[in-house]
Amino acid sequence: MRIGIDVGGTNTDSVLIDGTQIVRKSKTTTTEDITNGVKNSLHAILPSEEKNLGVDAVMIGTTHFTNALLQKNGLATTAALRLCLPATQMLPPMVDWPKEMKESIKGYTYLVDGGFEFDGREISTIDKGQIRRAADDMANKGVEAISISGIFSSVDPTQEQIAAQIIQEETPHIKISMSHEIGRVGVLERENATILNACLSTTSDSVVGAFKKAVEELNLGSALFLTQNDGTLMDADFATKYPVYSISSGPTNSMRGAAFLTGIQNAIVADVGGTSTDVGILRNGFPRESSIAVEIGGIRTNFRMPDVLSIALGGGSVVNTSPITIGPESVGLQLTQQSLLFGGSIRTATDMAAAAGLVNIGNKTLLSEISEEDIKSSLNMMNVMTEDVIDRLKFNADDIPVILVGGGHFLIGDDLAGASEVLRPENGEIANAIGAAIAQVGGQSESVYSLAEISREEALSAATEEAKKRAISAGANPKTVMVVDVEEIPLTYLPSNAIRIRVKVVGDIPEIS
Amino acid sequence: MWQVTEEDLLSISIGAGILGTGGGGNPYIGMLRARETIRQYGPVTVLSADDLQDTDKIVCVGGIGAPTVGIEKVRGKQSYDALVALENHLNVKATALISNEIGGSNSLEPLIPAAISGLPVVDADGMGRAFPEFQMKTFFVYGVPYAPMAIADEKGNVAIIPKAITSKWVERIARSITIQMGSVACYALAPMTATQVRDTAVKDSLTLSKKLGESVRSANKTKSDPINAMLKVNPGKVLYEGKISGLQRKTTQGFARGEVTVDGSGDFAGTVMTIEFQNENLIARIENEVVCVVPDLISIVDSERGEPITTELLRYGFRITVIGFPSPDLWTTKEGLQVVGPSCFGYEVDYTPLVLT
Repeated sequence: MRIGIDVGGTNTDSVLIDGTQIVRKSKTTTTEDITNGVKNSLHAILPSEEKNLGVDAVMIGTTHFTNALLQKNGLATTAALRLCLPATQMLPPMVDWPKEMKESIKGYTYLVDGGFEFDGREISTIDKGQIRRAADDMANKGVEAISISGIFSSVDPTQEQIAAQIIQEETPHIKISMSHEIGRVGVLERENATILNACLSTTSDSVVGAFKKAVEELNLGSALFLTQNDGTLMDADFATKYPVYSISSGPTNSMRGAAFLTGIQNAIVADVGGTSTDVGILRNGFPRESSIAVEIGGIRTNFRMPDVLSIALGGGSVVNTSPITIGPESVGLQLTQQSLLFGGSIRTATDMAAAAGLVNIGNKTLLSEISEEDIKSSLNMMNVMTEDVIDRLKFNADDIPVILVGGGHFLIGDDLAGASEVLRPENGEIANAIGAAIAQVGGQSESVYSLAEISREEALSAATEEAKKRAISAGANPKTVMVVDVEEIPLTYLPSNAIRIRVKVVGDIPEIS
Repeated sequence: MWQVTEEDLLSISIGAGILGTGGGGNPYIGMLRARETIRQYGPVTVLSADDLQDTDKIVCVGGIGAPTVGIEKVRGKQSYDALVALENHLNVKATALISNEIGGSNSLEPLIPAAISGLPVVDADGMGRAFPEFQMKTFFVYGVPYAPMAIADEKGNVAIIPKAITSKWVERIARSITIQMGSVACYALAPMTATQVRDTAVKDSLTLSKKLGESVRSANKTKSDPINAMLKVNPGKVLYEGKISGLQRKTTQGFARGEVTVDGSGDFAGTVMTIEFQNENLIARIENEVVCVVPDLISIVDSERGEPITTELLRYGFRITVIGFPSPDLWTTKEGLQVVGPSCFGYEVDYTPLVLT
């Protein structure tokens, strides 16, 4: 038995799954108190008399981090320290970032001596005094989190580690993310991903801590995993340090859940939540992964991501009239207090859909002030916003099935341009929880191999075996383990020809018969 | 004559990636560097080779090194430093700059010293594509001097190669210097005359890369097929479609060498293509039969968006389309093939021109 929980900005969905059978499901409103929200949702699917059913694992997918970035909400004041001088200074950190995104994290940048050549020589030796002065300056500016990126830190991480140590000593409160732990070769994109990880680090502490507390307090004895954006699982401690890996895990889960529910392997999936709508494209049952640098909030990154576009349209999106605008502001968690339907004073997308009879919740008599004209125009605009994003994901003009999932699917109509059919599968409102529950365990290995002693094939096979071993010991069914990524970094001009090989594998959690 | 806009930089970086056949460095980084420099110093004018004056002194500038390194240790204004060092060494002033290769980052390299110095850039280059070695320029095949050369790193080091007995020797010496400089450097070459540019350069190539990039961008906007769109701008042939199933690479003697294996899909299902690269894609085989070979162009693009994928960004699982474009005529002469024919890269096959069907 497995439990999948998806904590969205507005709703928390959960599902108890036995094999491929959905045993129980629930949908609750996400509470400000994350721990109680998760506990409520666990209670809803695990009545007290059945507590000892043998739940092997609780998998949580969360859009907390994606929403934090999209709304630029609760992001840490962040600095980027690059160990590079005198190299790599023409393009400073965050050079190609949208201005308002950079401003929202303050985005202080420090270029200091350091970095490695590709062959492991130092570009320059790090200057501890320089780093200390930078740390002092950060402290004065109220920096909460820092990204440290060194040129070729994937070849030799020691400078990043020493810099981290100095920063830690000077300013113990600053949360540190190091680029060699986050991304791959390609300094701008790796640094971008690291800065995103850093600016989420204050949020991740509280969010993951709250999840842990919920599972512990229920005494289930289950392992806790968070879902990653590549469709694999990571444990809670790992997730606290690397929140960036959970970005886009929500859409990944929804899409895999949608494929599971419809049996359709090739389609567009739109997951309409309370704050945002994530749209991706399924190919052979899996989200298409982008083969080019992936943008998060307009920022290029180089770690593996599903090809997903997010728009600020959800059940809680604020609707203004004359002229009609929808979002990006959302009442989010406050939908059942602030929206007109529930006696509040803010007109939301859900109010408009309810006024049109598309959903039956709240007190409709409170919507009498809304004109027919405004209802029609706003619903039309929501369709147009969705059609636009579907169109941007499609790569040819052919119509394609569109699967609408998520709690806010009723916002979007059945008549969508570009769709060959529009499907709303049963249990689609918890597709993301289902996707989390059926998620796979990942395993990675990364090592340096000397090709003087063994062949490349032997090195690859050793790295693959190691990754498989880890995935299996993390709970993967050995028969289902498959390689999803292989990366080789050459380390030349060493006494022997050496390469660094990274292999990533995934496998299913074994079914309990 | 035209001025390079920021929109043009985006288009050129895509077009130059396609013509770069996997090499020439990351066009995105080249685009950002050009953009940042133009924002700081002002716009750059592009001159047709036909607009050059007899008194013009045209200096070729370029980057040299391994692309895998160039996305990590990003170049700065080294090509400007090399230009100044060359001018000082020869006591002459350049009046225009020209790209050594239209492929990849190098297509935009002259824009950086051009913006800093206020000089125009000529709409032409020395390859019409990208090649891994210095001597592989149409200029030298047809008699343009290859020395002196100034070469600069990011640390402030400059080397001058005043004389060499062949262009291949310039390559050897410059490559050794580059490896010591950390496998990323920039150079400037002895000035060319207007006649030399008109007779030995691949002309209008900056415009071609701009149009190729525009065709891909516009196809993506209108949801039409970007592959067809680029083939309309520059006639070529779809060689293969499939998924990358294997990748082997090593950085040796300053080059990113390797081989990519592709499992066919669609019309190509059930077959395997292998492409060998030495910075650039050089030879493509389907089931061991050569289907395209250097100097014809072998471009790997994302199957859906048509965007070029450089060799350093190739990754297991990518879905790609492989496109062949015929080589510029300057390369398919006997003299040209002696410098960039298959045997120059260690392939014992005869050059058979790509047939467009």
